[in-house]
Amino acid sequence: MKIKNNDKAPKVSLDYFYQWWFKVILCVTFIFLYAPILVLIIFSFNDSRRNITWRGFTFKYYEKAALNDGLIDAFINSLTIGIFNTLGSLILGILTALLLWRFRFPFKAVYEGIILLPVVMPEICIGVALLVFFNQIGWANNLPWPLSLSKITFAHILFSFPFVAIIIRARLATFNLEQEEAAFDLGASPGQVFTNVFLPHIRPALIVSGLIAFTLSLDDFVITFFTSGPDTITVPIKIYSMVRFSVTPEVNAASTILLLITLCAAGIALWVHRAKISRIGKL
Amino acid sequence: MKNPIIKIEGITKKFGIKNALEEIDLSIYEGEFFAIVGPSGCGKTTLLRVLAGFEVPDSGLLFIDGENMRSIPPNRRPLNIVFQSYALFPHMTVLDNIAFGLKVTGVPIKECYQRVKMLLKLVKLSGLDHRFPHQLSGGQLQRVALARALVKRPKVLLLDEPLSALDAKLRNEMRQELVRLQKSMGITFILVTHDQQEALSTADRIAVMNNGRIKQVASPTNLYESPSNKFVAGFIGSINLIKCEVRQIEGELCAVTTGLTKDLFSIKGKNEISVGQSYLMGVRPEKIQLTKLTDIDQYDNKLAGIINNITYLGRSSMYHVKVSGDENIVMNVSMSHSDRSENIDLCIGESVLMHWTAGSALLLEDHDS
Amino acid sequence: MMKQVGSHRLIFWLTFIPPTLWLLIFLLIPLSIIGSFSFSEKRGLIDIELSWILNNYIRAADLIYLSTLIKSIGVAGITTVICFLFGFPLALGIASAPPRWKSILLIAIILPFCVNLLIRTYALIAVFRTRGFFNFGLEWFADLINVPFEPLSLLYNDTAVILGLVYVHLPFMILPLYAGFEGFNKTLLEAALDLGASKLELLTSIIIPIITPSIISGCILVFIPALGSYLTPELLGGPNSQMIANVIERQFMNANDWPFGSALSMVLVYLTFGILALRYLCFNNLYLDKNKRRL
Ligand SMILES: Nc1ncnc2c1ncn2[C@@H]1O[C@H](COP(=O)(O)OP(=O)(O)OP(=O)(O)O)[C@@H](O)[C@H]1O
Ligand SMILES: [Mg+2]
Repeated sequence: MKIKNNDKAPKVSLDYFYQWWFKVILCVTFIFLYAPILVLIIFSFNDSRRNITWRGFTFKYYEKAALNDGLIDAFINSLTIGIFNTLGSLILGILTALLLWRFRFPFKAVYEGIILLPVVMPEICIGVALLVFFNQIGWANNLPWPLSLSKITFAHILFSFPFVAIIIRARLATFNLEQEEAAFDLGASPGQVFTNVFLPHIRPALIVSGLIAFTLSLDDFVITFFTSGPDTITVPIKIYSMVRFSVTPEVNAASTILLLITLCAAGIALWVHRAKISRIGKL
Repeated sequence: MKNPIIKIEGITKKFGIKNALEEIDLSIYEGEFFAIVGPSGCGKTTLLRVLAGFEVPDSGLLFIDGENMRSIPPNRRPLNIVFQSYALFPHMTVLDNIAFGLKVTGVPIKECYQRVKMLLKLVKLSGLDHRFPHQLSGGQLQRVALARALVKRPKVLLLDEPLSALDAKLRNEMRQELVRLQKSMGITFILVTHDQQEALSTADRIAVMNNGRIKQVASPTNLYESPSNKFVAGFIGSINLIKCEVRQIEGELCAVTTGLTKDLFSIKGKNEISVGQSYLMGVRPEKIQLTKLTDIDQYDNKLAGIINNITYLGRSSMYHVKVSGDENIVMNVSMSHSDRSENIDLCIGESVLMHWTAGSALLLEDHDS
Repeated sequence: MMKQVGSHRLIFWLTFIPPTLWLLIFLLIPLSIIGSFSFSEKRGLIDIELSWILNNYIRAADLIYLSTLIKSIGVAGITTVICFLFGFPLALGIASAPPRWKSILLIAIILPFCVNLLIRTYALIAVFRTRGFFNFGLEWFADLINVPFEPLSLLYNDTAVILGLVYVHLPFMILPLYAGFEGFNKTLLEAALDLGASKLELLTSIIIPIITPSIISGCILVFIPALGSYLTPELLGGPNSQMIANVIERQFMNANDWPFGSALSMVLVYLTFGILALRYLCFNNLYLDKNKRRL
């Protein structure tokens, strides 16, 4: 005789994943998180100036955005800053990670706290502090491109490199020192050890943190706002001035392009890093 | 016999396509010390978790004290579990850990602490009430875990390999402690272990499991002396198995041939055996005697062989003897050093004669049922 | 790399100096400058003189500025609470999901957070403004059931600011909580359940006490940025829902009163340091306890 357990059997209550309230909250959250963005993207294709009802599909506003010189300049600036920021924060981040991983020194805990300051400090404080700083040291405002972007780039490196340091530091924690010693034992030079043993080990972390640094730079508004000169416009700043003006499909189109660039970068980073995502929470 | 406090009828539990439990039928009686043994992954923990209500079986019925447990969640079942990892709450003192189960069921605080104090004395932990789990040793943690479950006076206490994290000496002490506690409190204990020694030395009855099925349920003596199948015979103690064919049945005894020698071996048979069929002849290592080859005519059940290897085990030694008829068969013979006769030389390479009495051999099914 | 002591020391300085210099030049020195500005006086249009006066701070305690600060703290606090109320069950559910769901759900939660803050805020505007999709949806529904409809004005008030802040900061709460639950020993829950605890007691007497350090982390990671947020109140808030960052911006960009703006920024900096120090104190204790309590 076989008795099938029907639905009256008690569900084991520890699997919160299967509880109805989790599903409800999850749905609400996802709608809340994604619906506005999706609407924004969809209506960038809307053939209507007033941006309210669906009037048919069009690429018109992308063409318009592509012909907008100010916007193009802003994109070029943003990408340039993003690339320099990625390089700079990767270098500083690797150095910091090595320092924290390899050495003990007095006040190390305090030092680690200071490194995290650019991340936890409200952006507005860093923004105005840098505004005042560049103003006080009399940094020239009329440098030729790309030097005109240096202020913004320096500021971006400041808040990007701690992220790089944290991610690489976490990766280094899994590095087996014996590997390095074995390489020395086999007669390798320190340079060879660095390139043949060390770099390959941290490569995934390098990719992820580089992409994160890039998206952070591309997305930043507040600090850029305070460090940009009158002539250096980045995409967020451009969009900001457009938004203040009005809500038009052109803004949607420009936003969608920026959004796609960051989403691609972030998506790759998250996917590469998916096994270790839980660590991000420990920042 | 007394009423079964736990009655399991045809319980099956699948994980994916793998059957963790298959058609389990089992009755456990009030006041019993019941042990479940089996190799790793055979479904012991799963069975306990079904009893405790953490897993819902795919089919089958479970009654505890006559009540169907199907719709009863874990926190309302009249049994408690001692986890293998203890699972003590790290943010609570010993006292709070033990009192937790009483507090959440609404026992007045005063009575709570009285009962906790009493139990602390019983498990010999008085004075450690205000320590946190991280300040205790392994054995003490074990006692706290026991006390935490016992203080609720459950009808049944489930123990999932409670002693596996302890060292050999402490494990021995705790075993006796468990038996003492069980007898003094009269609670039904169900102990899961993969250590057959632990089961044999503590339990009133033992269930042997393999691949999600129960192979045999019996008292320790019966399990060891008359295992009902090959698996149990090999799992509880060790055994030498030789293929044989039944030739003749004479009352209690039956005569079998092995193909190794021309001799017939006599074995105490079971009821339902048939002439001409293949079986396994099983002989426990300690039931075999070793003598000189020249004594061959004095004994009935005998095999000649050459000592291939010797494992020294302290009180006794295990002799691995290659059987003369078939190089591939190695018989294990255990002999204590005290009753080894002086007149033979037991060293590697020596030819010896193994013999045993008819009553000490077992006839087992060849296939695994 | 560290074979000889000499090269060891070289590598130390090589790794120590560049990041330290960067932090010094672009963070600590700028902060000290506005720190000193906050004690300075404005003389003329661009002259600023360090005269060690507290006027700026006294002015910051004026009712209008103080109320803005208190309001900012209130808004950030409410944001933190809402993020916690949503983030806690979400993190709990995700942490108990089957492995392949886990990374998908986490990525799905983090991904919108990679989208530009400005764009997300703008998207909210498009959805919630008077002639936005939310109101259109309501209007359509009202038409359907034949009820007269007046579009709701959902934007440009405090609720909109809080909504926007929650929208932006939710992942900061979910990630630390998730990390906490991931490290949680599930057997403890089973043990509590086995001892007769209800689901509520499981939460209050086992999960929350053990997960406290993660909760504190998450709350700080939401509260501090929310407190200093500029863009959200600027775009979603009405004239009365300005937060402290908007006032600061105005001092620098419009009113051109840098000493006062610096003082207001420094208040924010002191608050941040205060919260971090507080966390360090409790967290350190909690952390030690946790280490000690680890079985
Ligand atoms: N949650 C689960 N999901 C999938 N498979 C499981 C799960 N729990 C147990 N199993 C499988 O069910 C079988 C029985 O597992 P169980 O834990 O009951 O074994 P056990 O007898 O307790 O072993 P051990 O002595 O190693 O503790 C194993 O093959 C195991 O892999
Ligand atoms: Mg087990």
